[in-house]
Amino acid sequence: MNVEKIRDTALKVENLKVYFKGKTETIYAVNGISFHVDKGETLGIVGESGCGKSVSTMSVLGLVPGRGQVYEGTADFKGRDLLKLSRKEMDAVRGNEIGVVFQDPIVSFNPVYTIGNQLMEPLLTHHKMDKAAAYKKACEMLELVGITNPEQRMKAYPHQFSGGMRQRAMIAMALICNPDLLLADEPTTALDVTIEAQIVELVKDLQKQMNMAIIWISHDLGLMAGMADRIAVMYGGLIVETAPVEMLYENPLHPYTIGLLNSLPKINEGYRRLESIEGMPPILKQFPTSCPFANRCKRKTNKCQEANPPLRDAGGGHMVACWEL
Amino acid sequence: MTEAEKTMGSPVSVQDGKENPQRPILEVRNLVKYFPIYKGALRKRLVGQVHAVDGVSFSISPGETLGLVGESGCGKSTTARTIVRLQEPTSGEILFQGTNLADLKNSEMRKMRQNIQMIFQDPYASLNPRMRVEEVLKEPLREHGITKDPRELDRRAREMLHLVGLAPEFINRFPHEFSGGQRQRIGIARALMLEPSLIICDEPISALDVSVQAQIVNLLEDLQKKLGLSYLFVAHDLSMIRHISHRVAIMYLGALVEIGKCDDIYQNPLHPYTQAFLSSVPIPDPKIQKNRGKVSLEGEIPSAIAPPSGCRFRTRCPHACELCAKERPQMQEKEPGHWVACHRAGEITR
Repeated sequence: MNVEKIRDTALKVENLKVYFKGKTETIYAVNGISFHVDKGETLGIVGESGCGKSVSTMSVLGLVPGRGQVYEGTADFKGRDLLKLSRKEMDAVRGNEIGVVFQDPIVSFNPVYTIGNQLMEPLLTHHKMDKAAAYKKACEMLELVGITNPEQRMKAYPHQFSGGMRQRAMIAMALICNPDLLLADEPTTALDVTIEAQIVELVKDLQKQMNMAIIWISHDLGLMAGMADRIAVMYGGLIVETAPVEMLYENPLHPYTIGLLNSLPKINEGYRRLESIEGMPPILKQFPTSCPFANRCKRKTNKCQEANPPLRDAGGGHMVACWEL
Repeated sequence: MTEAEKTMGSPVSVQDGKENPQRPILEVRNLVKYFPIYKGALRKRLVGQVHAVDGVSFSISPGETLGLVGESGCGKSTTARTIVRLQEPTSGEILFQGTNLADLKNSEMRKMRQNIQMIFQDPYASLNPRMRVEEVLKEPLREHGITKDPRELDRRAREMLHLVGLAPEFINRFPHEFSGGQRQRIGIARALMLEPSLIICDEPISALDVSVQAQIVNLLEDLQKKLGLSYLFVAHDLSMIRHISHRVAIMYLGALVEIGKCDDIYQNPLHPYTQAFLSSVPIPDPKIQKNRGKVSLEGEIPSAIAPPSGCRFRTRCPHACELCAKERPQMQEKEPGHWVACHRAGEITR
């Protein structure tokens, strides 16, 4: 059936568990999630703050902050398990085969080096290019991401750029080594909508040109509708629903996804009272033995309190974790 | 609405399609706020001014919500803060029920704030971490000398907590014991303690999670119905503004570009900036979102230190002409209650 749609998998993560162990308590941030992204495809990971969406993707690159540690899982990238790489091996992957764009472009650049310097660095270290070639490539890249007058801009420091330009430069830096996979952690959250629209168009264009896979983390379901091919909805450190984008918005199955979509006002519709989800997200102080959404769910039964529902196939690539379906 | 005001270019207040015969509760006329920029360590000299708010006029009727939208740095928060005089206006009039707030002495303004309260953006920064909820809620009543009777104070505080959807038992807790959404409810309760008639909401939901945003918006709507409040709702989220406001004012680089009833603005935006702004708001529906014709804006907002001559939007406007550089466009009424500041409004179609 879907012969054309079968593509090479760029990254396949399985049963990933990330915990933050403190002296007195452990935070169970990611509790055994699996996802994959194909070449040329965009996977959107959606969820509210604290649901584990950033931790799950950043841990794949060994970028878990603080006391966080990966306890279990595999991350297959080009036949290698990223979670088992040594620090040196990981250094060769990060910024080279996998590019990263962070949320806040002002803290992701080093303030004491010029933009040009930082753009050329991955080329000099990973590709062992000589300076002249790296300079040329960096200029090209800046032009590609829509920064005019690149030769002038190469000499500028990050604080001399505006927010939108800094994020463009960040994208240029992430893509300069032609990565197979781009991890974007809320790259437009700090930007205004008009600038956000520019950045999204830019990334989509570059994706087509380079046929790379993208994992785009966001809390914005509106933005994701236009950006992603497939969406994974996270809640309480688990993926509760994943589906191709059209299917998810047309026929959301998990009560959390339904609630989330109903709580959004739509600009193209008239007035309707917003349906809020009562309560608040769980604090993940213990490993989930029940459905993490159970105490906010309108449809909960006894079973939801007793066991955590597994992801089940609902047909057509639509997976959902709920006992009541 | 007199003829004189119309020619001044003051936007009419319209509700439910009819001109409101009531006097507006708040009328802002030509509000200007410049921030001086100084240089030099010993002898400070003025080297320029940030034109944060530059001639903004609007009005709010009783029981109405006016949404004030714009991108970061457009001056929407400064406008809000200047109205309650958390920042002193450089010039202009702020008429609250006929009294010009800009002329009041500080002590008089303090009394006036009984009627105008503010809800702030960051629920973490706007509550004193060392004060219990009780103190937070009782302080305004004591400060304004409304009551000093401890039992009465306690009763009012508990009632208010109940009104904003928090359990009265929470009264002895500290702010850090609450989640963001709950803190914002405390912020709202604090604002309501003095029974104000106008509440200035400065991005009250943008720091909250999506599912919690809806809770707070619904609460604000319910309170408006129950207590007949008027809101000035400042935000950058156009979808939420459409949801909560009766009328909308769009701001760009310190000036209003368009103001009117919600449906008029969203269905028939006349200013090219409004058109571009609206078209870049994502819609949570992949079928629409992926096939939407985009009026994408080029470039970024110019500096407010030296804003462009004439129309401030002309540097990014696809329709800019010679006149736009020479003359600052005045607000003109294109349909009843729908005002736009553009030389070419009407010629431009989407």
